Amino acid sequence: MSAAEDVSGDESREFERGTTNSVLHIDDVHKSFAGLHALSDVDLDVREGETHAIIGPNGAGKSTLLNVCVGRLKPDRGAVVFDGHVLTGKSPHEINQLGVARVFQTPEVFPDLSVIENVMVPALSKRDGHFSLNPFKSFAREKTLHSEAESVLESVGLQAHLSSPASSMSRGDKRRLELAMGLIQHPRLLLLDEPTAGMARHDTNATIDLLKKIKEGGMTKVIIEHDMHVVFSLADRISVLAGGRIIAQGTPDEVKNNPKVKEAYLGEEQV
Amino acid sequence: MDAIFLQILNGLDKGGAYALIALGLTLVFGTLGVVNFAHGALFMLGAFCAVTLNRLLNVSYEQVSETEKDFLGNPLKEQVPYLQGWLGEDMGSFLLDYSVPLSIIMAIVVMGIVGVVMERGLIRHFYKRPHADQILVTFGLAIVIGELIRHYYGANPIPQSAPSAVSGAANVGAWVGLGNNVIYPWWRLVYFAFSAVVIFGVFAFLQFTTFGMVVRAGMQDRETVGLLGINIQQKFTIVFALAAIVAGVAGAMYTPILPPDYNMGMDFLVLSFVVVVVGGMGSLGGAVLAGFLLGILQSFASMSVVQNALPGIAQIIVYLVAVIVLLTLPRGLMGRKGVMED
Amino acid sequence: MAAALSKSKDWILFVGFSAVILLLPWILAPIGAGYPDLLQKIAIFGIFAIGFNILFGLTGYLSFGHAAFIGVGSYMSLWSFKLLTMNVLPAMIFSVALAGLFAFAIGYVSLRRSGIYFSILTLAFAQMSYNLAYSVLTPLTNGETGLQTRAIRTNPETSLLDGDIRIIDQALGVQELGVPTTNFFGLSMSGMSGFYFCAILLIICFFIAQRLTNSNFGMMLKAIKSNQNRLNYTGIHTRPYLIAAFVISGMYAGLAGSLMAVTDPIAGAERMQWTASGEVVLMTILGGVGTLIGPVVGASLIKYAEQKVSSWNEGILSSFFDFLPETLQHFMVSVSSLFVGESWHTTLGVLFMVVVIFLPGGLMEGFRRIIERVTGGKKSAKPGAVESGARAPQPAE
Repeated sequence: MSAAEDVSGDESREFERGTTNSVLHIDDVHKSFAGLHALSDVDLDVREGETHAIIGPNGAGKSTLLNVCVGRLKPDRGAVVFDGHVLTGKSPHEINQLGVARVFQTPEVFPDLSVIENVMVPALSKRDGHFSLNPFKSFAREKTLHSEAESVLESVGLQAHLSSPASSMSRGDKRRLELAMGLIQHPRLLLLDEPTAGMARHDTNATIDLLKKIKEGGMTKVIIEHDMHVVFSLADRISVLAGGRIIAQGTPDEVKNNPKVKEAYLGEEQV
Repeated sequence: MDAIFLQILNGLDKGGAYALIALGLTLVFGTLGVVNFAHGALFMLGAFCAVTLNRLLNVSYEQVSETEKDFLGNPLKEQVPYLQGWLGEDMGSFLLDYSVPLSIIMAIVVMGIVGVVMERGLIRHFYKRPHADQILVTFGLAIVIGELIRHYYGANPIPQSAPSAVSGAANVGAWVGLGNNVIYPWWRLVYFAFSAVVIFGVFAFLQFTTFGMVVRAGMQDRETVGLLGINIQQKFTIVFALAAIVAGVAGAMYTPILPPDYNMGMDFLVLSFVVVVVGGMGSLGGAVLAGFLLGILQSFASMSVVQNALPGIAQIIVYLVAVIVLLTLPRGLMGRKGVMED
Repeated sequence: MAAALSKSKDWILFVGFSAVILLLPWILAPIGAGYPDLLQKIAIFGIFAIGFNILFGLTGYLSFGHAAFIGVGSYMSLWSFKLLTMNVLPAMIFSVALAGLFAFAIGYVSLRRSGIYFSILTLAFAQMSYNLAYSVLTPLTNGETGLQTRAIRTNPETSLLDGDIRIIDQALGVQELGVPTTNFFGLSMSGMSGFYFCAILLIICFFIAQRLTNSNFGMMLKAIKSNQNRLNYTGIHTRPYLIAAFVISGMYAGLAGSLMAVTDPIAGAERMQWTASGEVVLMTILGGVGTLIGPVVGASLIKYAEQKVSSWNEGILSSFFDFLPETLQHFMVSVSSLFVGESWHTTLGVLFMVVVIFLPGGLMEGFRRIIERVTGGKKSAKPGAVESGARAPQPAE
């Protein structure tokens, strides 16, 4: 129960501080698995409208952090606050309804549904809320949503196979489909878990262009990414996670020149 | 005190049967990843091994009695089992008397073959299919097996008797110092001891043999064991056959307690699945524990005191416990994380 | 454009279905199945299977306890006959409502788990209902004898199980000679009028199921089957959807149970046994899980087989194999006698296995494949298969 008190305490502290432009505020989050500290003392602010990249070597705790944000994992201590709402302890659907959408690392789609249906389901969720019992409202008559879904699919380059089942798509196409599923909800915060992993260079560039376009629309994004090309093309700010701690934070240039980062991370990879 | 002790005894033999069936179910589920709804039918087949052996031993020829006459004064015609003709009267009737325990041998052979054929012919093709498909196809098989038995053996239960040496009642109370009020059928004690031995045997086999080690590793992580290059297919066949044999001998030995009919498999299957789920899918220890626990609970619930206080509790106790356990302990009493949770 | 097309397709399907059901007595007459008793069963089990498919076909949750709702519906209807009136309308309304309540209670608890745990939980609840109906609830169910309608009791001391009161009928001054029959405002519920009554309800039920399947609600259920976890992250609370689907399918079962009592006013606990739950699973699978027509096809086939195959005996078989030499004839007769007459459940079991092994999409999937082959691989226009709902065929390795 003391953990719960901690959470409420953190929440009030957050309000007192009254950070004006912070959309997502991760406050002193700890998470350990069987004694292993996956995350410790993680503090992070994501500002309204920015693209915030979280990078770090394998096993640094990036995915754990994302899972804490979307309610899949419960932190041992600390809290995640989105737009004044404490996300900690909320279930995934509640968090989504608050305006946080997630794009998974391994593409998670509805394999038995058609491509357009895959995009219309999140659109329905956005419009009708987490449960709406109107059992006779015809799906085929949702013309507005249908055309909206079509245009989102066009923007990710999937306009060609609207009615084929999602299971028949390539992995890269599934990723783009998932992106469309996130975008149609017009979330205030989009969490992207390695959106270009496993994509060919050409597709990666297309995805970067797409994400840049969204950025112009003012959507706040958090990206977890390995590909430095992607990170440095998109990010306004970068946080570097290593060994479960944030070791550096700042603009791409600041991070690039940070000696700690070079030591922990960038030394291993081509920039 | 006496009553409680008696109820515990009452629960033990039934619990033993539940535990043996649940053990096989869990073994198959844990290693092969298959939900086998035909497992109850294997228990029933084992029971009919006992019936068949008894009938085989009883195949008789007619002979005219030298000494006895019927009421008209004609020489009496009597049926003499060939067995007595061949092995002498004493040996023959001895074998007949012990037909139920002897049927264990037959059950081992028959169920071993059935198990291998079933795994190779059907189960193997369902490893990667959804659980719903496995449930459905084995459910269909269970119906077929049940109907075949009904076709050849009829629909009525066929009583079998325990060997005369252990067919009476044991004064269990006197053994444990509770006086003479606790009288209990010998054969049920034998069954409990038998189930304990089989359970112990299976655990020892899994614990101390290389084969058992592989199986246990497979229950922990199926994919890795497959990657080790171990001939997993063959191992799976053996595991399945073992589970079939365990269910079969459990059924054969149970015949003096409950006369077998073609439907007994279904009744036991439903209960055994409840046992497995209560114990925790994939946990052998859990299956055994839950088997005995539910057996004993069931016998307590059928006490008249309890019946008067909570009418109908005896009929639903097992299911009630299952519901409560499933809702409070999602993985059952001893289930592992990650089994059947998607 | 696409929406309009699918809409007209839906209407063709609905009109075609209704026509076939209403003409069933003539369609089935050539194969000796045009008699009311069988036709009623087909219609009733069709309703049951359509409802079951709303849960299993759309959400993928396999309930092994739906027979409990059949029992609830049957018992409730009989009590309505015994206490209120022989008119079937109140009986059906009460049955559906009560089955819905039961389904809500059982679903609320069972749907906390998924997969096989859900199946076992529903099975446990159904077995509890069955066992209780035979024991403690005997004053309500009349145990093994079963609940029946009786003549109006003359002595108030007579148990309600043995003498009815029928308050409404009595107040209306309905004259009864012996035990009256059920009626729908005077229309007798036995024979052909009984069938047409059930058939019209089946058509209504089909229409509702069709609308459900094609609605936003239905889309959510399909999404649950496809990837429930993803749906949670999409902002959908899946449990209320599942509970709603469970309750709706429980109400269908309640209606089916009520109609069983309507066409034959007796209710026994054996209707709640888990084999009865297994039967509806088989009907759905055989016809085609997730399709609209499939469950009705499956129900018809199984009820037809039950009546026909179970009536074949050795005499019929040996005349059938008459053309063979005698020894071969004997052999064929003895082999095939394993599958007919009293042993017809063997056929059922084999059918079950064959369908699951070779045709996971059921007969509708089979038809679709045949039509596809005939029309040269083009997407079939056969309206029966709801493409997105049908499970993709998985070849056995």
